[in-house]
Amino acid sequence: MTWVNVVTQGVLIGGFYALFACGLSLMFGVMKVINLAHGDMAVVAAYAAVFLAPKLHVSQLWSFLVIVPLFALVGYLVQRTLFQRAIDRDPFTTLLVTFGLSVVIENLLLEIYSANGQSVSIGALIAKSWQVNSVIYVSYVSLVVLAVAVAVLAVLQLFLSKTGSGRLIRAVSDDHEAAQLCGANYKHVFGIAAAIAFATVALAGIAYGMTTEFMPTSGGINLLYAFEAVVIGGLGSLWGTLAGGVGIGVAQEIGAHINPAYQILAGNLLFLAVLAVRPRGLFGKRTSLNE
Amino acid sequence: MDETGAQPRTDSDLVTVNALNVYHGQLCAIADVSLRVGEGEVLAIIGANGAGKSTLLRTIAGLHQSRSGSIYFRGENISRLAAHRRARRGISLVPEGRRLFRSLTLEENLKVGAHRAAPGPFSVARIYELFPWMAERRHHKVLQFSGGEQQAVAIGRALVANPRVLLLDEVSLGLAPIVVEKIYEVIPEIVAHGVGVMLVEQDVAQGLRVATRVHCLLEGRTSLEGAPAQFSAHEIERAYFGSDLRQATSETEPS
Repeated sequence: MTWVNVVTQGVLIGGFYALFACGLSLMFGVMKVINLAHGDMAVVAAYAAVFLAPKLHVSQLWSFLVIVPLFALVGYLVQRTLFQRAIDRDPFTTLLVTFGLSVVIENLLLEIYSANGQSVSIGALIAKSWQVNSVIYVSYVSLVVLAVAVAVLAVLQLFLSKTGSGRLIRAVSDDHEAAQLCGANYKHVFGIAAAIAFATVALAGIAYGMTTEFMPTSGGINLLYAFEAVVIGGLGSLWGTLAGGVGIGVAQEIGAHINPAYQILAGNLLFLAVLAVRPRGLFGKRTSLNE
Repeated sequence: MDETGAQPRTDSDLVTVNALNVYHGQLCAIADVSLRVGEGEVLAIIGANGAGKSTLLRTIAGLHQSRSGSIYFRGENISRLAAHRRARRGISLVPEGRRLFRSLTLEENLKVGAHRAAPGPFSVARIYELFPWMAERRHHKVLQFSGGEQQAVAIGRALVANPRVLLLDEVSLGLAPIVVEKIYEVIPEIVAHGVGVMLVEQDVAQGLRVATRVHCLLEGRTSLEGAPAQFSAHEIERAYFGSDLRQATSETEPS
């Protein structure tokens, strides 16, 4: 029964990794941009939940109602200005720009909020859990985060495969020049994809802040897990990203169960193993967003 | 050699290109080219490899910027307009290499083509009538299709936008002659709706068969222009290769 608990906890944390990673996956799939500031943006969202939301008279628990739309808007604007200019040059420039952004964000947060740990306060909810049996406890917050992750991925998948706008995003992701010839403004489509990616990363960042203490430098390690989840699942595959996130979560919990020092190692070993056996990931075909 | 510079615009003109110059970096790809295409006309652009044919079409579609000269579409100067805006006004390019959306199904490809369509005779259903094999394979990914089938999808994707001008770039490239014939069968139908067609062909005979006018490029410059019937094969050959081939071969061959 302890092993069932280990896997359960792994799946719960995996949901968070998937939520964190889907924006990264989307930006890479559509714009071929690897956003190295992705983790830092999540941390910014968590700080916004702690410090900005109270100023707007929104409780930290419900802060995502304000911060997610705000991040979507910021995502569109950043894509249309900073990222688009980098894309117009060459792929290497986008790496440098996002890396620079990551450094700037971390240092600004350090400067403004110091290196003290913070957390998004959700009151008594944090301690509530559902006791399945004598061994397995499922925390409400983790369960909600997993449910939100699955819901976000499902909605995103439906949006991409069933709607006209989603079809246009996939078309632009395949060949943006050909999409232009069909009358699509690919820069606008890139902006929409970035808006979605930023909205999901804001959600992930707030969820992160609810479950863990965070610092200005917390983005990096989460970016690593997100990367691993995306690569394990296969680039551009959303359900693959969920599978990758859950895989890493479970591997980490198993590692931690054997020896707490092995937690991170186990996740990385799974990543290496998948990379060695299936370099394109579990569900990866080409760099397409389909399926 | 045709006189370059501004040409008088008539009311039936769809596209008017005046003294166009296009560069790839330092390299001059199009030099001083002027042409016009009217409603229901088929203008064949011919020329050897690297003569600038594709560049000319891509510049009209907005994928390349010209250095000087102007492009007018139905009386409006579109020289500085982004490609997607030109597409929305009614210029559709079928690009070289087909460039289908490879992770999309056939029908999705056509729907993307139609997402900013003007009202007109061509719809997704009409394309299925033109190419009957498409209807039952509409949900297949286009990657599985043969070259000829993909080319038909590419033309369909351009047609569903109901363009006023259709630009066809090397549609016969790499296709079997029988397949090429099938694809060219739809051109009279397109022209019947008053669409102006500009097509780039390396297969000169094929181009001349459907063209109402021919425009030959030689190293980016206009080397011949007019109705196909008014030129002899010899004249076209000269314009195409830039020198008298028979004279050149007789000089090099020791006899």
